Amino acid sequence: MGTKPTRSVCGAALLGLIASVASGQSSTVDEIAKYRAALQDGNPAELWEARGEALWKDRRGPRQVALSQCDLGLGPGVVKGAYARLPAYFADADRVMDLETRLVWCMVTLQGYTDADAKKQPFGNGSERKSDIEALVAFVTAASRGVPMNVALDHPKAIEMYRVGEKIFYYRGGPHDFGCVTCHADDGKRIRLQDLPNLTTREGARAAYTAWPAYRVSQGELRTFQWRLYDCFRQQRFPELVFGSDASIALTLYLARNANGGIFDAPAIKR
Amino acid sequence: MPDPMKIRATTVGDTTEVKVLMSHEMETGQRKDAQGKTIPAWFIQNVLVTWNGKMVLAAQWGTAVAKNPFLSFKFKGGAKGDRINVTWIDNRAEKRSDEATIA
Repeated sequence: MGTKPTRSVCGAALLGLIASVASGQSSTVDEIAKYRAALQDGNPAELWEARGEALWKDRRGPRQVALSQCDLGLGPGVVKGAYARLPAYFADADRVMDLETRLVWCMVTLQGYTDADAKKQPFGNGSERKSDIEALVAFVTAASRGVPMNVALDHPKAIEMYRVGEKIFYYRGGPHDFGCVTCHADDGKRIRLQDLPNLTTREGARAAYTAWPAYRVSQGELRTFQWRLYDCFRQQRFPELVFGSDASIALTLYLARNANGGIFDAPAIKR
Repeated sequence: MPDPMKIRATTVGDTTEVKVLMSHEMETGQRKDAQGKTIPAWFIQNVLVTWNGKMVLAAQWGTAVAKNPFLSFKFKGGAKGDRINVTWIDNRAEKRSDEATIA
């Protein structure tokens, strides 16, 4: 009596397997997306968020001042929704800044660190070489989760930076004659099993920009947008993109502005 | 002092689900650094979870558990406000204990 149901269950399972193989690449992509959604629970990025919150609130640096008075664009200490408006022009610095450069600015002007000290570990490397900036970015960006991207170009310098970012995006160079466009200006491109977003479309720009920063499982670290651009330059075999450079801010502004309207949903988790 | 864990515990009906995110490098002892030297093994060996002082989970881990481990499990019992304590001990005899209340 027990064998008949077993045979039909096996048959159904076999048909199911054939069907999923037949639908090919799209089902693989869907399964990866499902796997990633399951991974969001217990995202190690939360460990960086907790560390960042402590770094934001503790008195630190030569002046023993808390970073919590830092103005991220919405007033001193306002963290909620701040990331969705960055990069932005800051009158006190008279320049356009992204989150990382703004945090460095506050570490220098409020806490008394030197610029070199504030920037000495932009990207973490294991538990013995942690990056304070990565932790602070995790904390600040988490407070913008669910907020629509809303980058303004309300100052001549911001408009200029946007145009520079656009130029960099389309510029081809380096030993492979690569540019951002080589990988990110068409639909359906991928490198191995990594789908590449088409950043020239509104949907592509939104989907890509709102998913950084992220815990990169292969790195075992929380990676920021400055890191993502640094790594893109490395992958193209371009000269090193200097942390917090105008070029990095210009590109970030270009991509963030293009993502306007997209719902920010980070820190995320990636391969 | 190792980094704190994040613990979340909720009770639905007669079952409590506990989720713990631990901060640990979990080195297998197989990797080599940029100079070619083997990075020594450094991993959590024992995990103990208690509910109001009573043990509900005891685990022995090896090098197969990945960096920044996420542990999720259920046990029968528990009510809002009860204490959940998670302790881990690694192969360097370092330990970390954190507590949370069931939400």
